[in-house]
Amino acid sequence: MRHILRETWSGLKRNRAMTFAVMVTMWVSLSLFGASVLVTEQVDTMKGRWYDQIEISVFLCTEVSAGAGGAAAGNCEPGQETTDAQRELIEERLNANPEVANVYYETKAEAYEEYQRMYANSPLVDVLSKDQMQDSFRVKLKDPENYRGVVAEAKTLPGVQNVQDLHQVLDPLFSVLNALIWGARFLAALLILAAATQIGNTIKLSAFTRRRELGIMRLVGASSTYITMPFVMESLVAALGGILLSALTVMACVKFVIIDRAQVSIKALAWIGWPAAWVAILWIAVAGVALAVVPTLLSSRKYLAV
Amino acid sequence: MITFEDVSAVYPGQLKPALNRVSVQIEKGEFVFLIGSSGSGKSTFMRLIRREQRATAGVVYVAGKELNSMRQWRIPEFRRQIGTVFQDFRLLPGKSAWENIAFAMQVVGRPTKEIRATVPEMIEMVGLTGLENRAPEEMSGGEQQRVAIARAVVNRPKILLADEPTGNLDPTTAVGIMRLLDQINRRSSTTVIMATHDANVVDQMRRRVIELVGGQIVRDQARGVYGSD
Ligand SMILES: Nc1ncnc2c1ncn2[C@@H]1O[C@H](COP(=O)(O)OP(=O)(O)OP(=O)(O)O)[C@@H](O)[C@H]1O
Ligand SMILES: [Mg+2]
Repeated sequence: MRHILRETWSGLKRNRAMTFAVMVTMWVSLSLFGASVLVTEQVDTMKGRWYDQIEISVFLCTEVSAGAGGAAAGNCEPGQETTDAQRELIEERLNANPEVANVYYETKAEAYEEYQRMYANSPLVDVLSKDQMQDSFRVKLKDPENYRGVVAEAKTLPGVQNVQDLHQVLDPLFSVLNALIWGARFLAALLILAAATQIGNTIKLSAFTRRRELGIMRLVGASSTYITMPFVMESLVAALGGILLSALTVMACVKFVIIDRAQVSIKALAWIGWPAAWVAILWIAVAGVALAVVPTLLSSRKYLAV
Repeated sequence: MITFEDVSAVYPGQLKPALNRVSVQIEKGEFVFLIGSSGSGKSTFMRLIRREQRATAGVVYVAGKELNSMRQWRIPEFRRQIGTVFQDFRLLPGKSAWENIAFAMQVVGRPTKEIRATVPEMIEMVGLTGLENRAPEEMSGGEQQRVAIARAVVNRPKILLADEPTGNLDPTTAVGIMRLLDQINRRSSTTVIMATHDANVVDQMRRRVIELVGGQIVRDQARGVYGSD
């Protein structure tokens, strides 16, 4: 064991420049990998927050909702409010839908109060009057992702003026974000591949500089574990450096970009915090260790075979 | 100790086999000279014994093991029973004689205490007392070969393979090395196989001589001499 450590140490000293280069490559590729984990977490967080809050709003007809100024008339009779019978039918049908978690009714007056509360300190508070508000059913779904059936059904019901849901806005946004995530992952994978290749090359070089020792070891019958160990340890040391550096990079990113800036200035969005950083660092550690061990074992089969 | 049965060895990409249908048996404790001109297959013979390469055809037994079918992971353990010295010594530069000998024990995982006890013994046995702290660069060829021999036998192998061990040495020094190998063979009944071009040494020792020509055994003679007349 002592001998393995000594071999590792002398190897590290001998290949200082290469070890450093591997460390830097690992740093860059693992940081990018960590960033892709962070971005994924961020998108998931936003998705969770938004989709959780999403309700489907089923607006009912008012006397002015049909025919007035060509506004979308939905299933309204011109000049007619939704009747009580229609109201009951709508509620019944919504409740009967298996995707629906719960339905509650918001009157014009409640909608107006909510509106006033939301825009209390804003000039918008007086833009709409109580009469411009609509009665509506607010529908919470069991699974926010399964909204299409409910929306389609609600649209067909008589007395429904309009069905609003945020998916129409959010879905394209998230498909762009998803593309971004995959782009980041692809780049990270590319860099990790480059790092793996570089490590393989380093092993080759280091096996070459130690070829005399290796030759003697083989000759006198050192086990292949014994021969390979210093190489694995060497890459592990480089990997540890890379992991440490990229963990710090990820923490700095989360602290200075997200916690200090984004969370302060863009309060409307849900932001990831330290837990996401720990997740990313965990992944970095796993990837880093694998990155050190796998190419080393593979190339040791090639360059260190008995 | 060593049995070759109809063994041939062909290097990849070569038509002419380096060893051609060789059958031979070497007993425990024997001393064998392996002679033959350059390229006749002496080193190949030794590489097969060490299982550095596999026979292309035929069967090789060493120390009771059949080598063709030996699993890869067993090879290191197997090789601990065989010591080797070369014409070019192959010592680690920058390491002292002591460290060079100890290296062979360290890398097979022998405990430090045992190493501390055995290495001085070996240094004395090969007659290098007082030179243990010299690096190979600071020693004569004969002294370096003594270090190499000490390293080869420090793990107490059953077989010692010496591939032209006196090839780089003047005749007087060569005789000294020869005596040392003879002593190792007699004292610990280590089987010694020595490839050599040195007619003098072979003629003086009067031991078994196996002569190879073009990969085939043309002579196998107890108490033989170099020239075949
Ligand atoms: N690695 C190799 N690849 C291809 N051919 C080889 C290799 N090593 C040896 N040979 C060939 O095998 C034959 C036997 O070589 P070997 O080294 O066993 O001879 P030798 O008797 O030890 O010669 P020498 O006295 O010069 O050391 C030669 O024809 C040589 O060219
Ligand atoms: Mg040879």
